[in-house]
Amino acid sequence: MIFLRLFYEFFIVGLFSVGGGLSTIPFLANMGENTGWFTLSDLTNMIAVSESTPGPLGINMATYVGFSVAGAGGALAAVLGLMAPSVIIVLIIATFLNKFRNNHHVEAVFHGLRPASTALIAAAAFSVITMSLITIERPAGGPFWAISGLTWHLPAIILAGAILLLTHLPKVKKLHPVVWLAFSAAMGIIFEI
Amino acid sequence: MRTYIDLFLTFAKVGVTTFGGGYAMLPILEREVVENKKWATTGELSDYFAIGQCTPGIIAVNTATFIGSKQKGILGAVFATLGLACPGIIIISLLAAGLSHFNEMSAVGHAFNGLRAAICVLIINAVIKLGKSSLKDAFSLFLFLAVLAAALFFKISPALLVLSCGFLGLLVGLFKGRRSASSSSGVSGESGAENAAQEAKKL
Repeated sequence: MIFLRLFYEFFIVGLFSVGGGLSTIPFLANMGENTGWFTLSDLTNMIAVSESTPGPLGINMATYVGFSVAGAGGALAAVLGLMAPSVIIVLIIATFLNKFRNNHHVEAVFHGLRPASTALIAAAAFSVITMSLITIERPAGGPFWAISGLTWHLPAIILAGAILLLTHLPKVKKLHPVVWLAFSAAMGIIFEI
Repeated sequence: MRTYIDLFLTFAKVGVTTFGGGYAMLPILEREVVENKKWATTGELSDYFAIGQCTPGIIAVNTATFIGSKQKGILGAVFATLGLACPGIIIISLLAAGLSHFNEMSAVGHAFNGLRAAICVLIINAVIKLGKSSLKDAFSLFLFLAVLAAALFFKISPALLVLSCGFLGLLVGLFKGRRSASSSSGVSGESGAENAAQEAKKL
């Protein structure tokens, strides 16, 4: 039952990814590895498409995965699975909102959750970088730190460096991410990256 | 029934007009939900966002659920979230169906190679921004490094990492709470005073 499987997989993503949109990426990378539904390279394309189309990032990514695995029904199953935990949890919280916000134990739990969420996104950033900017080859069966070769994708690195710089310049850093995406897609086509 | 349809359509509109989600959505929600529909105040909206940030799931969905349930209970929440998701589902399905054909064109391939470079930067920037707000003491820095190493080198399931960090946070909180309780009963407990100050701020 592929629809149930999609619902379940995305329910887990929705349940454990704290902090919205980008925090679903490490879970999706993990899902791709376990199910074989998509590769890390597919995932990066999905992020690109989801970021440059209307709608919340997480929902767009769930739709993309669901659709490519099992068509329109799959997209619906994935999105419903992703949304179900949020809806249930928020409905519970909404009933005792003020107690929740001022509870020391809840605060303490989030004190641990936030760094974990940040680290998981950092790890996802690392895997996206090693796929699109610097390819790392690892010897088969070697220890986890062993590296047998590095390939630098210079045009992409220069483009990424330029965007990184631009997104921290005082005047242009407030521009919408879609502007950078359009810019980078145009650069990709013009310079045949 | 009209309110349900209204919830659905309003959030569908929010879904169509936001790119990327998260904080990009706040000004649009403010215009639609606070100014046009008067379903919530700006203060309530930022509360919902703050809670959405630290509860599981997509922030946009969490906010839609809050507002929907405030208006019309559980069914209202369902209509609002479905409305929010609807445009994305339609647009992405159409794109995903079409992209498999486009992919063979070399221009699309080059565009994606360019896009990936931008995606790297967007994720790095998100990590920097999150890091600034979440890595403020030795404990959180330690958790950050430990989880980063575990995720990069040992392929431990992210769900397990999140669960254990939440548990560790709770343990540290309990330990601190006990320590500050005992020190504030003493002559001059620094952390006890701190807690009292925090307490006062909340009130």
